[in-house]
Amino acid sequence: MVGFWDGYVWPGVVILAQILLIVVPLLVAVAYLTYAERKVIGAIHLRKGPNVVGPLGLLQPIADGLKLLVKETILPARANIGVFVLAPIITFTLSFIAWAVIPFDEGWVLADINVGVLYLFAVSSLGVYGVLMAGWASNSRYAFLGALRSAAQMVSYEVSIGFVIVTVLICAGSLNLSEIVMAQKDLWFFIPLFPMFVIFLISALAETNRSPFDLPEDESALVAGYFVEYSSMLFALFYLGEYAAMILMSGMTVILFLGGWLPPFDIAPFTWVPGIIWFGLKIALVLFVFLWARATFPRYRYDQLMRLGWKVFLPFSLFWVAVTAGAVVAFDWYPS
Amino acid sequence: MSFIDRSTKALLLTELVSGLALTFKYMFRKKVTINYPYEKGPLSPRFRGEHALRRYPNGEERCIACKLCEAICPALAITIEAEPREDGSRRTTRYDIDMTKCIYCGFCQEACPVDAIVEGPNYEFATETREELFYDKDKLLANGDRWEKQIAANLAADAPYR
Repeated sequence: MVGFWDGYVWPGVVILAQILLIVVPLLVAVAYLTYAERKVIGAIHLRKGPNVVGPLGLLQPIADGLKLLVKETILPARANIGVFVLAPIITFTLSFIAWAVIPFDEGWVLADINVGVLYLFAVSSLGVYGVLMAGWASNSRYAFLGALRSAAQMVSYEVSIGFVIVTVLICAGSLNLSEIVMAQKDLWFFIPLFPMFVIFLISALAETNRSPFDLPEDESALVAGYFVEYSSMLFALFYLGEYAAMILMSGMTVILFLGGWLPPFDIAPFTWVPGIIWFGLKIALVLFVFLWARATFPRYRYDQLMRLGWKVFLPFSLFWVAVTAGAVVAFDWYPS
Repeated sequence: MSFIDRSTKALLLTELVSGLALTFKYMFRKKVTINYPYEKGPLSPRFRGEHALRRYPNGEERCIACKLCEAICPALAITIEAEPREDGSRRTTRYDIDMTKCIYCGFCQEACPVDAIVEGPNYEFATETREELFYDKDKLLANGDRWEKQIAANLAADAPYR
């Protein structure tokens, strides 16, 4: 019996506690990301944004969540109910399980696996299933068109993201996310790989269906795209999933290019701050860029989006992979 | 040369960056938000809001039932019935405005020879039922009594331009 308790139950409880420790703050972060988005975009529009519910409107996300919770879940008569209900759950779950491999600080990672990058890439690619299922199961033209667009868009931009990740891997010499961060001890990768950093940021916008690449929801043409038939908590799951995916992509950007939990300068006042705070600050910075871009740029046309993905980003990132690999071999800069 | 210029600009995303810089600058400008129920924007003296029937300072109602407003009303929102009063003066017995029909064009106040029907500065008269928006003479006179001060000030402010 001792082996059973020590071998299975106790580690299980610890892992469950760790999962809660990641998911609960993440949910709060998602809620306040919606608040931050409204505040930032409001500021750029010279508005104040939410400021009525609670001090500075800080309770607004809670009020919004409560509103969605108590509303009726409408199941369209001709929808495929099983898939219809499953789709938002998949989207929501997928945007959270990726956090298992994200290192928050040195050694602060739920699953320190050696194929962390591949796992992240796989999970973020699976995100398209929730969207496709939602579009198909809704039995609505708008939802279906939105889902088709989303699928095509996510597949297209994943290709260039893949090449960006390959260049980072060439420089880091490992697929383990913690080791990728440690490889940036002396120089964060966004400096030597700046063009790839920009491509990754833009592709991340497309990957998370964010403006200016929010064609799947395109409210002026497709009403709301793939979640047009969703209401109440099912809609909230999509919404939370989208924002959690945004935070995830920001986390990936920080880990791959901005040195993860490392302080910007390895000297006294910066090293006093714990790594998780640096990690959070950097994620917040990248998220701000997401929101900032949304407030600045008009939406792309669909063919422009595809042209950018296949005819600009793909050749460019392929070229840069070759350049990086060539430089590493020619100057013997192999990562140790 | 222009090709190189264009390509360089496209490659370095200069236009995107300048757009981002502009929106970033705007973030720190003064906000234009007005906290509506507590703060309100300025109103012109010519603002055309809720209707009111005015009285003379001695309390006598101004309207002489000439029905010019009824005639000019493009939405046919005004209904007037009139009879001579006991003292022989001509007055309305009924003066209804259907506020759901009214388009707030201001023709009634322009047509009125005695400044009796006016559109006041009040725009916060939303109701919960449709029936409450069928204004009768009592309601309009009550509006006149309630808003007389502002209405008189507005008319005085606009008078030099007429």
